[in-house]
Amino acid sequence: MTRIVPLDTARVVRELEAAVPGAVVEYTPDYIRVKLERLVEVAGFLKTTPGLEFNYLVSVTAVDYYPYYFELVYHLVSMPHHHSLVLKTRTPDRERVVVPSLVGVWRSAELQELEVYDLMGIVFAGHPELRRIFLWDEFRGYPLRKDYVEELIPLPLPAEPAAPLE
Amino acid sequence: MTLETQPVVINFGPQHPSTHGVFRLVLTVDGEVVIDAKMVLGYLHRGVEKLAEEKTHIQNITFTDRLDYLSAMSNNFAYVQAVEKLAGIAVPERAEYIRVIMAELQRIASHLMAMGTFYQDVGGWGSPLMYMFRDREKILDLFEMACGQRLTCNYMRPGGVSMDLPPEFIPELKKFIPAMRAYLDEYEELIAENEIFKVRTRGVGILPKELAIDAGASGPVLRASGVRWDLRKDDTYSIYDRFDFDVPVGTVGDCYDRFMVRLEECRQSLRILEQAVRDIPGGPWINPGVRGNIWAPPGEAYAHVEGPKGELGFYLVSDGGVGPYRFKIRSPSYINLTALKEMTLGWKVADAIIILGSIDIVMGEVDR
Repeated sequence: MTRIVPLDTARVVRELEAAVPGAVVEYTPDYIRVKLERLVEVAGFLKTTPGLEFNYLVSVTAVDYYPYYFELVYHLVSMPHHHSLVLKTRTPDRERVVVPSLVGVWRSAELQELEVYDLMGIVFAGHPELRRIFLWDEFRGYPLRKDYVEELIPLPLPAEPAAPLE
Repeated sequence: MTLETQPVVINFGPQHPSTHGVFRLVLTVDGEVVIDAKMVLGYLHRGVEKLAEEKTHIQNITFTDRLDYLSAMSNNFAYVQAVEKLAGIAVPERAEYIRVIMAELQRIASHLMAMGTFYQDVGGWGSPLMYMFRDREKILDLFEMACGQRLTCNYMRPGGVSMDLPPEFIPELKKFIPAMRAYLDEYEELIAENEIFKVRTRGVGILPKELAIDAGASGPVLRASGVRWDLRKDDTYSIYDRFDFDVPVGTVGDCYDRFMVRLEECRQSLRILEQAVRDIPGGPWINPGVRGNIWAPPGEAYAHVEGPKGELGFYLVSDGGVGPYRFKIRSPSYINLTALKEMTLGWKVADAIIILGSIDIVMGEVDR
């Protein structure tokens, strides 16, 4: 019986520093946080490097740390090596929310990024077709943001009562 | 002389018996061949992730029942594992066995629905689906016996399960296992050996191995493409390391393989059930230290199970409060749809319907 073991992040950071210098911002035993601009490079490196080979992107999501920034969280798994890694990145603030898309690296990101865009309002640059997936196109706002306030849609006024028949 | 045909746009769904819910597919067809497919989702979007942020960890269990409403037990299982990981809660032995029994019964029930409706999509109207409903009914009766609910069970709790199994449960389950095994053999003979069924499904909607991994497919869809990846084996959670069972995989990755993988998984689930019934110990069914609300320490946790549809995961972020700060569902039905376009392009409209049926989506989980 095997388990998916979280990979030693210090080892990954050493390899990352050699290949993509200056990309890692911080790391803990649980996750690695990289610079937003270097995300695609880092993802490509993690997918293709022998010994790492993260070929399976499990989950893409975003967390709103109101009022500071959005954090993107990627759960990666390597099927041949049975190890996993949590990759994170942050937007500079809550206004600049353009994040490079990872569809070019893992196809699995395609629908998941649409979901994050629709509900959290993160714009994925380079996504083949960025559109509202769950909500309708005219919907205003992004519900999963912590400062989202539900817009009350006024009910149409009742029509004039019909004149009584003579 | 060649005749030119104009591409025609067909709106398939959202109200259509073959869409398994309110799924809409806009197909562009050239003659009868699909040349473009675009999904339109969200008809069943209820904003579960937002709602859950306002509720407590315990209240959120009821939301998980309503995601994939054909496999409530598996959803409960994944969610309570995430809460246990977040708050560091231990689970008694008996509760683990009860959970495994419920999860495997639920897998059979869900696969029966998947196979029955799939056969209906292929054109076998009525009888097979009714046979499978008959057998699923027995599983739902067992659920009702254990927790009073048939569909939205709300049975598991962080630290165990909500109540102990009644004394008549295990004898009933012991009667059910051989009966179900006989039914499965019957289905294989009746359905899978049917020549028309084979012609309709073999080689249709092939999902290549590389694309399946890249597109994040999981569950029977991934395994039918020849990838031996089952979280019960590959990331053993709970007590699955104590059971002896096999992971069936397909070779081609077509609709027929996906059907056969599901059928074989039902047999393997019965094997697990047999062993669980034999070994189930007595003792407490819930951790007596867990009472009332749970204040999880600040942090995050991701827990997953091999659900009937694939890898079902819950990613919880806690700020130390009584509920989650962020509640994210990694839904297998939704992510399995990623490669739908590649699978349907070049096939006829009637095949597009069975390809969708073979993925086995439940809209409650796709739209959430």
